[in-house]
Amino acid sequence: MELLYAITVGMLTASSVFLILRGRSFPIVIGITMLSYAVNLFLFSTGRLVINEVPIIGASSNPTDPLPQALVLTAIVIGFAMTAYSIILAVRVRGELGSDEVNDPNYEENEGQR
Amino acid sequence: MTLATLVLLPFAGAILPLLMRQHSRVVLTGITLAIAAVSFILMLTLLPQTVAGEVPLSTYAWLPDLGLNLSFRLDGLSLLFVTLISGIGLLIIFYAHYYLSAKDDAGRFYACLLLFMGSMLGIVTANNMILMWLFWELTSISSFLLIGYWFHKSEARRGARMALAVTGAGGLALLAGLLLIGNIAGSYEIDAVFAAADTIREHAWYIPALLLVLLGAFTKSAQFPFQFWLPHAMSAPTPVSAYLHSATMVKAGIFLLARFSPVLGGTNEWFVLVTLTGLATMLFGAYFALLKTDLKGLLAFSTISHLGLITMLLGIGTHGAQLAALFHILNHATFKAGLFMVAGIVDHETGSRDIRKLSGLRKAMPYTMILALIASAAMAGLPFLNGFLSKEMFFAEAYEQDLFGGLSWLVPVLATLGAMLSVAYSIRFVQDVFFGAPSKDLPRTPHEAPLGMRAPVILLAMLCIAVGLAPMFFTESLLTPAINVVAGVVQPFSIYLWHGFNIPLLMSALAVAGGIVIYLSRNELFTFNRKFDHRDAKETFASIVSGITAWSDETMQKIETGSLQRYIAAVLVLVLIFVIPELAQIEALRGERELLPIDVVSVVGAIVLILASLGTAILHRQRLTSLMMLSVVGLMVSMAFIHFSAPDLAMTQLVVEVVSIILMILALFFMPQRIPRASSGRRVARDVLLAGLIGGIVGTLNYALLTREFTSISEFFLLNSKPGGGGTNVVNVILVDFRGFDTLGEITVLAIAAAGIHKLLNNLRPFMPSSDVDGRAWHTIKHPLLVQVVSQALLPLALMVSAYIFLRGHNLPGGGFIAGLITAAAMILQYISNGVEWLKERFDYNYQSLTAVGVMIALFTGIGSWFFGANFLTSSFTYLDWPLVGKFEVATAILFDLGVYLTVVGATLMILANFGQMTTRHRPRQEGY
Repeated sequence: MELLYAITVGMLTASSVFLILRGRSFPIVIGITMLSYAVNLFLFSTGRLVINEVPIIGASSNPTDPLPQALVLTAIVIGFAMTAYSIILAVRVRGELGSDEVNDPNYEENEGQR
Repeated sequence: MTLATLVLLPFAGAILPLLMRQHSRVVLTGITLAIAAVSFILMLTLLPQTVAGEVPLSTYAWLPDLGLNLSFRLDGLSLLFVTLISGIGLLIIFYAHYYLSAKDDAGRFYACLLLFMGSMLGIVTANNMILMWLFWELTSISSFLLIGYWFHKSEARRGARMALAVTGAGGLALLAGLLLIGNIAGSYEIDAVFAAADTIREHAWYIPALLLVLLGAFTKSAQFPFQFWLPHAMSAPTPVSAYLHSATMVKAGIFLLARFSPVLGGTNEWFVLVTLTGLATMLFGAYFALLKTDLKGLLAFSTISHLGLITMLLGIGTHGAQLAALFHILNHATFKAGLFMVAGIVDHETGSRDIRKLSGLRKAMPYTMILALIASAAMAGLPFLNGFLSKEMFFAEAYEQDLFGGLSWLVPVLATLGAMLSVAYSIRFVQDVFFGAPSKDLPRTPHEAPLGMRAPVILLAMLCIAVGLAPMFFTESLLTPAINVVAGVVQPFSIYLWHGFNIPLLMSALAVAGGIVIYLSRNELFTFNRKFDHRDAKETFASIVSGITAWSDETMQKIETGSLQRYIAAVLVLVLIFVIPELAQIEALRGERELLPIDVVSVVGAIVLILASLGTAILHRQRLTSLMMLSVVGLMVSMAFIHFSAPDLAMTQLVVEVVSIILMILALFFMPQRIPRASSGRRVARDVLLAGLIGGIVGTLNYALLTREFTSISEFFLLNSKPGGGGTNVVNVILVDFRGFDTLGEITVLAIAAAGIHKLLNNLRPFMPSSDVDGRAWHTIKHPLLVQVVSQALLPLALMVSAYIFLRGHNLPGGGFIAGLITAAAMILQYISNGVEWLKERFDYNYQSLTAVGVMIALFTGIGSWFFGANFLTSSFTYLDWPLVGKFEVATAILFDLGVYLTVVGATLMILANFGQMTTRHRPRQEGY
């Protein structure tokens, strides 16, 4: 199970890194969002994988580690704020410059770089 | 204590002339003089101790961990220099009072001068090498201010900049050298370094340390080939030149050589480097001094020449040579300060410093002429003056050394040549300016300067004569402790006026005779010199500077290409470089922890998650499809949270996912519909490789982490959640109670992000396509009735669920974050299905205020606990019996959670509703909306 989890997190990271390396703003924002999912999964897993328990006293004989969960909960919300900010920034740039290229327009090699 | 005050007083006092600049010049001068005089008197109180052979110390810890202490010492060498710096400084302040014109800002001048004086005092008394270096750099900075005092003149600015660049660069070299020495010696305290002298000289780093320290000393003392900055520094006001180039700034380099000669000196490298540099500088300076037509230019090059002489003596390094060097430091300071002041008087009273224009001033300025005569005679080294004595000693040392083997005879010959040139330019200084036919076309009618301006020169000239006649009487008490420090041994000495007929005397006679001959045949020399194309040092310097700037520009353009893709790739490559070696050191990837068995649900979930993430990446050019894939990823992530026992996370993730996807679909509307060509194959290959490596590393790390046992601080939270926080849902109790301060920070960030988005949307003119990519118009029915009805029916239900989730949050999965997101999602649904207009009619609420209120509630809940004598954000709770509801818990934490709830609702709606309104007439248009 742990191996499966780690592979999934790794694949998620790899896909999002690939997206972040694109030359247009929209795939980059998608990549950042997905990367934040991967990071959240990673952070969450520092409490180790436990099935069929809850971090609630009384409801569970062996409660799971609540601390990573609390941290990840806020991280999800903050991650949303960051995603929102970056997508709006992309829209603003598109509005101002008429393009969603993230490279400097003066950069010569930008022809055909997505 | 006294010692530290002595040094720091001028720094503190520098503010006074600035504060009192509206007062009269007399007051300003008086205050500045008083500050300098107090320093001088403090030095006098310590003088008996030093003369008696003790070393007064004064140490305060500053940053002891870095080896940096505010420690001062006043040994013999320091005393000699402190006497010079504060003594000549007093005269300069007095002289400047008369020199500066009425429109010059005397307050600024005196402030800079005091700063400079303090820095110089710091260099010579520091007992810590880093501290010394600090003062060293301060002299560079304050001399920059002084040289550029008349900043309206471009030559002053240029000269100041050049001096700063050269001495500043030398200062950096010096720092490197001092760090090396300190590293070898194990301490930066100078007495410890002295004690480790032998270790340092035998160390492998000796040569680099020596070269770096010498670089610092030579740039500061304008030694060849760094002499070029000094003549350009002559654009400073004359009192500054007189101070910087006779007694202080340039002598700092000499001081450094003298200070470190017990540590670094005595070796062959020291001897060759220092002696030859000194010799070359002496000849170079003397030759160009003769050619200069500007009085101050002549003195500048003569200063270079004399500094070369002193450097050479320190290079020879015998007891006699070091004594001669110290003695000449003293003598040179007296006559050169006097000569600069004379040049200033001539400039002040005639309006010109051009030797070709000036002539026959003896009638108009008889007293100045006498003073000039005495000082130049001392500079030329004529008998019965102080310059003669040190020059004789110099000749004796040059003659007696045999350090260059068979070529040693060259040294006395070249020394005599240098002395001849020195005599020649000294004659020129007096003869051309004060004798001959009176000049007629001067800017001002020459007349004698006021007594106050002459008084410092008179004092200096008298010193020249007094020391020349009775050297031991006047200087023994200063020279004895100084030479003992520099030589490292106590050896009695005496300076005589008359040594009998010997070789040095012959050399002196030759120098005078040769000097007269050179002076008489100077016109031939000038003609000869004109054959050479002398490139101005200024231009060379400027071309070097522009070359360096152009080079760094070019390099910057190579690094800063403007390609975000490259920057990110570079960061990721760095991550790989740092992480891979660390990972390679892990002995076993798999830890000892017992693993969970794999179940079918997990496998299916993982496969869906992997495929969706790959789909998101591969289909990124079909943006809507890619976005749908992303939503699958988000959904599966929340499934994973449920599966692995994190119900709170699953709920949060689910709602955030919905809100994010809606937001991104909205954004997609404003993005270009046509997506141009794909990346080149090479780029895709590079990115896949990079992404694969990063993903592999993260996966490996995660696996290594998951398979290992761990200890957690969570035990505390689990134990105290119920008794301390009054809730059983530990995640929520951590959020609103244990780590409430973190949460407060987090909702503040959320609010700030929302405010930033609000601002970004302000006055934005987005691209709004009127049709889809194939030219089909949008659907005419904006808000289908079915959706409207269902969503309206859903709203109260959703709000009730939200309230339920909120209230139970303390004990069961839920809480402010999740409830807030549910409310926000329900509201967004109304916007989507019914439109902005519909909602505005029914619910026109300002989300900015809602967010602010939320943050405020959370903050004041925290502050509220102060009134009960508890720490910030301490929560308290009690149980109430409600009829019908039963036993009910009331905690202050729920108030805090309410703040969280309102912030989340406000911020989310602020982001989405504002963004959604972009397509309507309600979009934010002006400030403050």
